[in-house]
Amino acid sequence: MNTATALQMCLLVPALGAAGIVAAGRWPNLRETVTLVTAAALFVCVLAVLAGLLDGDVPTVVLAEPLPGLPLALRPEPLGVLFALLASGLWLVTSVYSIGYMRAKQEAHQTRFYLCFAIALVGAMGVALASNLLTLFVFYEVLTLSTYPLVAHAGTPEAIRGARTYLGILLATSIGLFLPAILWTYSVAGTLDFRPGGVLAGHLGPVETALLLGLFVLGIGKAAVMPVHRWLPAAMVAPTPVSALLHAVAVVKAGVFTITKVVIYIFGLEFLAGVPAERILVYVAGFTVVASSIVALRQDNLKRLLAYSTIGQLSYIVLAAMVLTPLAEIGAAIHMVAHGVAKITLFFTAGAIYVAAGKTRVSELDGIAHRMPWTLTAFAVGALSMVGVPPTAGFVSKWYIIAGAFQNDLYFVLVVLILSTGLNAAYFLPIIHRAFFRPETVVPKYDHGEAPWPMVAALVFTATLTLLFFFFNGPVVDLEKSIVRPS
Amino acid sequence: MEHLQVLLVVVPLLAAPVCALLPGRRMPWLFATVVAWAAFAMAVALALQVRASGVLSYALGDWAAPWGIEYRLDAANALVQLLVAAIAAVVLPYAGRSVAREVDPARQGGFYSALLLLIAGLLGIAATGDAFNVFVFLEISSLSTYTLIAMGRDRRALTAAFRYLIMGTIGATFYLIGVGLLYAMTGTLNMADLAERLPAVSDTRTVHTAVAFIVAGLCLKIALFPLHLWLPNAYAYAPSAVTALMAATSTKVAVYVLIRFVYTVLGADFAFGELSLAAVLLGLAVLGMLTASVVALTQPDAKRLLAYSSVAQVGYMVLGLSLASVTGLTAALLHMMNHALMKSALFMALGCVAYRLGGTAVADLRGLGRSMPWTMAAFVGGGLSLIGVPLTVGFISKWYLVLAALEQGRWILVAAVVASSLLAVAYIWRIVEVAYFQGPARADVKEAPWSLLVPTWILVLANFWLGIDTRATVGLAGEAARTLLGAGP
Repeated sequence: MNTATALQMCLLVPALGAAGIVAAGRWPNLRETVTLVTAAALFVCVLAVLAGLLDGDVPTVVLAEPLPGLPLALRPEPLGVLFALLASGLWLVTSVYSIGYMRAKQEAHQTRFYLCFAIALVGAMGVALASNLLTLFVFYEVLTLSTYPLVAHAGTPEAIRGARTYLGILLATSIGLFLPAILWTYSVAGTLDFRPGGVLAGHLGPVETALLLGLFVLGIGKAAVMPVHRWLPAAMVAPTPVSALLHAVAVVKAGVFTITKVVIYIFGLEFLAGVPAERILVYVAGFTVVASSIVALRQDNLKRLLAYSTIGQLSYIVLAAMVLTPLAEIGAAIHMVAHGVAKITLFFTAGAIYVAAGKTRVSELDGIAHRMPWTLTAFAVGALSMVGVPPTAGFVSKWYIIAGAFQNDLYFVLVVLILSTGLNAAYFLPIIHRAFFRPETVVPKYDHGEAPWPMVAALVFTATLTLLFFFFNGPVVDLEKSIVRPS
Repeated sequence: MEHLQVLLVVVPLLAAPVCALLPGRRMPWLFATVVAWAAFAMAVALALQVRASGVLSYALGDWAAPWGIEYRLDAANALVQLLVAAIAAVVLPYAGRSVAREVDPARQGGFYSALLLLIAGLLGIAATGDAFNVFVFLEISSLSTYTLIAMGRDRRALTAAFRYLIMGTIGATFYLIGVGLLYAMTGTLNMADLAERLPAVSDTRTVHTAVAFIVAGLCLKIALFPLHLWLPNAYAYAPSAVTALMAATSTKVAVYVLIRFVYTVLGADFAFGELSLAAVLLGLAVLGMLTASVVALTQPDAKRLLAYSSVAQVGYMVLGLSLASVTGLTAALLHMMNHALMKSALFMALGCVAYRLGGTAVADLRGLGRSMPWTMAAFVGGGLSLIGVPLTVGFISKWYLVLAALEQGRWILVAAVVASSLLAVAYIWRIVEVAYFQGPARADVKEAPWSLLVPTWILVLANFWLGIDTRATVGLAGEAARTLLGAGP
């Protein structure tokens, strides 16, 4: 399989998988097999693209040309391939987990669930591999629309309200701010291609550049920079596998990925560095990091707590991208992976606790580790990675971000990171303490042990990844070094 | 073949009385459908000819141009004819069952004959190069429309038709007064000839008055805010098939006449430079886009909701044409086509709902997502296009529209388009939510018959297909815009 074919297959495989899921809708076992096979096949395709990229084979594949001179096209690039690898790899894990979760909960509309999941993956792949901003935008919207039914899945008034907030904010920001930003870029630069060094240099004055950057950062609502973060807690009404893969990995990482990509390939680091007002966005992201952690401190619902933690962690990536030094950009890329594997672990454990014990609140978790040791150990690993303690993945990325901030003498970033580390510890460590060291105060309604094995296997696997990434991050760092290498 | 230009108008015109005489219920429908398809074939052939050889001219009755009536076909009106004929060719097969249920069985012959007259009138407006002839066809199409609306089963259709009759007649009369004044000043009715002779007398009060009458009259027919009051009731109470056809073609053809008049007869420099028409039109367009969208949000009936949305969408077209640039005009022409596609798809989906439920109140749509999955999926598809989601035609025209506004650095217009799109999200989603996430599936409601679904889905798929492969539409619209602005083909 050559790289061009592999690129097309990255979209085609999940699309065909979606069709297969509908066709097999009546036979749950067959349907889940289709999902698993599709996920595995997609991962292989992304690996093939990666292999091509490492060999220096970077084809551009044009899918269609809806606007003259603005094709829908794919082109692999290190940052995008990393995101694609992350999303497709974790889809496979999540699929295993979902089977355990959806069956144990006896959820309705499971075919619609798996179908939308597959379509969301088409969107994520398109975002990851897009060769220009228009293509990226198209798949960004595919991702938004395909995840709406997943958030509204339960069909309860609460779920519908949550889904309305979700769709409302994401569509309003993308149509209201992101699209005008794209059009503005096109009207001044005459192109929307992602190019090393950016396309905007010399076309815009400092004030306009800062405005445009502001439009991008707030318009890409999926990055959940305050004040456009409200959709993420609202999305927590979705079933847990959705929160895990989409609202910890695919959807939110699509947001920060897009911002990073726009900063590096549309603006260009050197061009932005010459624009002083760009600093404002560093402060906005820094504020988001701290403020979301403070909100998280006060949450009792575990999934909402994790959502606010995600908001903070996403802004780490935005912050790192805005530091504008090579090391910080690498830090941003690595944090996508580090936060992805750790946060999906945390959501997996939240879902496992919900399925096994029916508990959703932090205050109910006293002593639960004795009943679910594997799950809670995995939780501890994920939580430590959020804080950034070695030997977990979170430490590595934080290291690069801090190093990058030093390169640019941005001590504000340093202060934010230290504050955030303290706050993360302040809301995660008590949970661990509660689960492991407090006696079970309330006797549960029914005696329970661990959740079904597919769920436990999935969460142990991602927790292991979180630990392994600390030791074996070399290949990823090497891959991402090329995104900031001067062309 | 050289008579094709006139045949396109004459065939449906002559078919109309024949249709009225046909017996039975199915015969008139079958006959009208065949005529519509024939018209479509002719329109396609003509559009291809125009693409190949540029402007086509046909002298009616062999009377040479400035004295006789000239049919003059360039990229712009070839496009409009194609649009009218294509929509008619899709709506007529759909009309069969929908009309059989919604219109008095005894009046089927009359109904289809009026429908053919409407089509003939619209095609005629697009075909002719004569300012007075436009008025004649405008009246043919309007009179048949009044009849068609009045045939709706709701008794309020009568008042709706009457209201449209009054407002439409005022509009047409204004147009006629304007053309009369121009004739007095120039002594000609041929549009090309008018364009040549006008500059000599353009600085007179008479010409200015004429322009005011013509523009105001046409704006009434277009339903530009605040002259839109006839439209919501007319759309809401007309039979479903009529609404679909009307929403897709009537206002669009009126927009075309405005474009033709402003760009070909008056010339962009005179209209926008000396008369500063843009100041008036832009303001009304923006106001219409925003207020009509807000009003749409509050409508309890889905058909009325879409009617108000149409008023808002007319704003986009007028906005595009008022920018007086190739990109802006391209956007206006594109949106003319694209809006026809999305609105007819949406109204046809609602027609399927009306076929089963007998009405289209938003509250009655509960649970239809599961009882009528294909119908509601079609509605969602059309709705996405209306919002302007990428990969639909709605995205393409909005892209050009915003680009045109950006070219001139008009940020307020960009903001208005964006705000109006967001309002579209809100009113479309209101229906989607009710249909999919509220209430249980309705066991008493079945999916609409396939003879309604297939035409609806053809249009829905066209919305997506032409949103991905835009070579034909953007090419044609761009060529038309360049011709109209005189920037060469």
